[in-house]
Amino acid sequence: MLFQALQKVLQTAIVLLVVSVASFSLLKLAPGDPIELMLGTEYSPEAHRSLIMELGLDRPAVEQYVLWIVKFVQGDWGTSYVSRAPIFQYAFVEALPVTLTLAVSALGLAILIGVPLGVLSAIRKDTVWDAGAAAFALTGTAFPSFYLGILLIWIFGAYFGWFPTMGFVPPWEDFRGGVYHMILPAITLSTYFMAMIVRLTRANLVEVLEQPYIAAARARGEPNWRVIWLHAMRNVLMPLVTVLGLQLGTLLQGAVLTETVFSLPGVGQMITNGVLNREYGIVQAGVMMTGGLFILMNLLVDLLYPVLDPRLRPR
Amino acid sequence: MTAIDIPSRNRNPAVRQLIAGLLRLFRGSPFFAASAIVTLGFLAAAIFAPFVAPYSPTFQDSAAFMAPPGASHWFGTDSFGQDLLSRVIHGTRYAFLIGFGAVLIGALGGLAVGLAAGLIGGALEWVLMRIVDALLALPSLVMAIAFIAILGQGVDKVVYAVGIALIGPFARTVRADVLQVRAQGFVEAAGLMGINRLRIVWRHILPNVIFPLSVQATVRISEAILVSSGLSFLGIGVVPPTPDWGLMISEGRAFVSFAPWMSGVPGAALALLLIALSIVGDGVRERFDPKLRTNGSGSK
Repeated sequence: MLFQALQKVLQTAIVLLVVSVASFSLLKLAPGDPIELMLGTEYSPEAHRSLIMELGLDRPAVEQYVLWIVKFVQGDWGTSYVSRAPIFQYAFVEALPVTLTLAVSALGLAILIGVPLGVLSAIRKDTVWDAGAAAFALTGTAFPSFYLGILLIWIFGAYFGWFPTMGFVPPWEDFRGGVYHMILPAITLSTYFMAMIVRLTRANLVEVLEQPYIAAARARGEPNWRVIWLHAMRNVLMPLVTVLGLQLGTLLQGAVLTETVFSLPGVGQMITNGVLNREYGIVQAGVMMTGGLFILMNLLVDLLYPVLDPRLRPR
Repeated sequence: MTAIDIPSRNRNPAVRQLIAGLLRLFRGSPFFAASAIVTLGFLAAAIFAPFVAPYSPTFQDSAAFMAPPGASHWFGTDSFGQDLLSRVIHGTRYAFLIGFGAVLIGALGGLAVGLAAGLIGGALEWVLMRIVDALLALPSLVMAIAFIAILGQGVDKVVYAVGIALIGPFARTVRADVLQVRAQGFVEAAGLMGINRLRIVWRHILPNVIFPLSVQATVRISEAILVSSGLSFLGIGVVPPTPDWGLMISEGRAFVSFAPWMSGVPGAALALLLIALSIVGDGVRERFDPKLRTNGSGSK
């Protein structure tokens, strides 16, 4: 088991390495002279030359990469040309928690509503409930999230005036205010996942419920809720965790758009502003963070399998 | 009429099977039929846009800024006095252009990478698949943003950026299919007969890979359209005054409290097309993807 886990960690490390090389190349491939961006339009040739020396831009690419990754791991992500502030502070300390709060609340909401809806749809198979859930699952996975966000702003923000439509309040500072501000963004981002969870739960539960061990449990006279939630759902958990792990990238992608809709100062807004201001260091930080997060979460899912399913534990 | 009169294109059994399969899908499922009609409607709007749209997409009606839906402007106008219906119709062109273009780049790139990895094997396969893993680790939108940062903005740049972002998933499926086909008897037999390797790839492996690839491509078109409209919505994709749906939704965002039609109309068009495309894609995949037919525990 330890060997297997080590193998997975090693694989993850290699993919992380490739992602880091790609992000490094992003900065190299970006158009324009980074020195010019840092110094503005008027500078002396000496300043230009000394900055090149200082940043190590005259060295070979491999050496530059090693220098960069060592600094990156230490939390030195460079300085923003626009705000003159360290990028690490902006990206990791300020923007990432906003995105994570949004992603976690959306995922929580999706599981909280999606799983029961999927179960309902499976045990009331081929009824109105099932048809309704299927319709929701279909439209929910295809509906563009940023448009849904605007519709929610229009209906619940502008028309009824029930919820705030923009801004972020950290829930760890003001819990009620934080939740209040997070409701519409969380609904917006969660719809896709809720729909997918409904689909997956229904499809897998329908199959599991036909298995002999479920009939055996029923024959023993176990109550219905125990049969479904304890016996059957245990075997639905695995495919659910697998697909959710693989879809985390989609979650981050949706977060980027949702943040823009609701003006949340997260990673999405950070990357967008980075592209608009031609601050490639910030785009790079965003790419590294989303890629790293996705890879690490998938490693976690991989390592979680044997915990969730005893059959996968090597003897 | 004799059998000789049958047009030659219908004689290909694969094509005939495809048409029969699509017809069966069309008759069997009302949702699929409705979605296919909606998709074809959008396609027709894209092709005949200048003839169908009542105004030019960039014509500014100085008498109607932010006019609500009415007789002269069916879906209202935006803050520049441009007719929303005409802009949505012309926007269909960009949606399809970017969607098809990006999927074409992604599929061709994925085909090249997948074939190289699956056929050559060894160290090259390992390196290519690790690169594909890294590509798959980044959400397609984030990757497209990174490429936009390098390439700059514009319709063609969006096609490239989204297309490159789609190479990863295509490459993975192509490689898996190549490995499967390569292990089969007829390929081995062809090899033992001393047939040229390139000819084996062309005659035996490629035809068996292309079909699942095109099924994948149908499913991915909606993703390409979604990602590209997302880029435009973020303001880093297509540049104004191009009548792009994502851009129009983003422009209307500031006016949502008193002119909701400004983002409402293009958003509804985008949502409708994406839902229709996903039903069509699901139908095609369920019908033609052999992997889904055997184990039955697909996405349904």
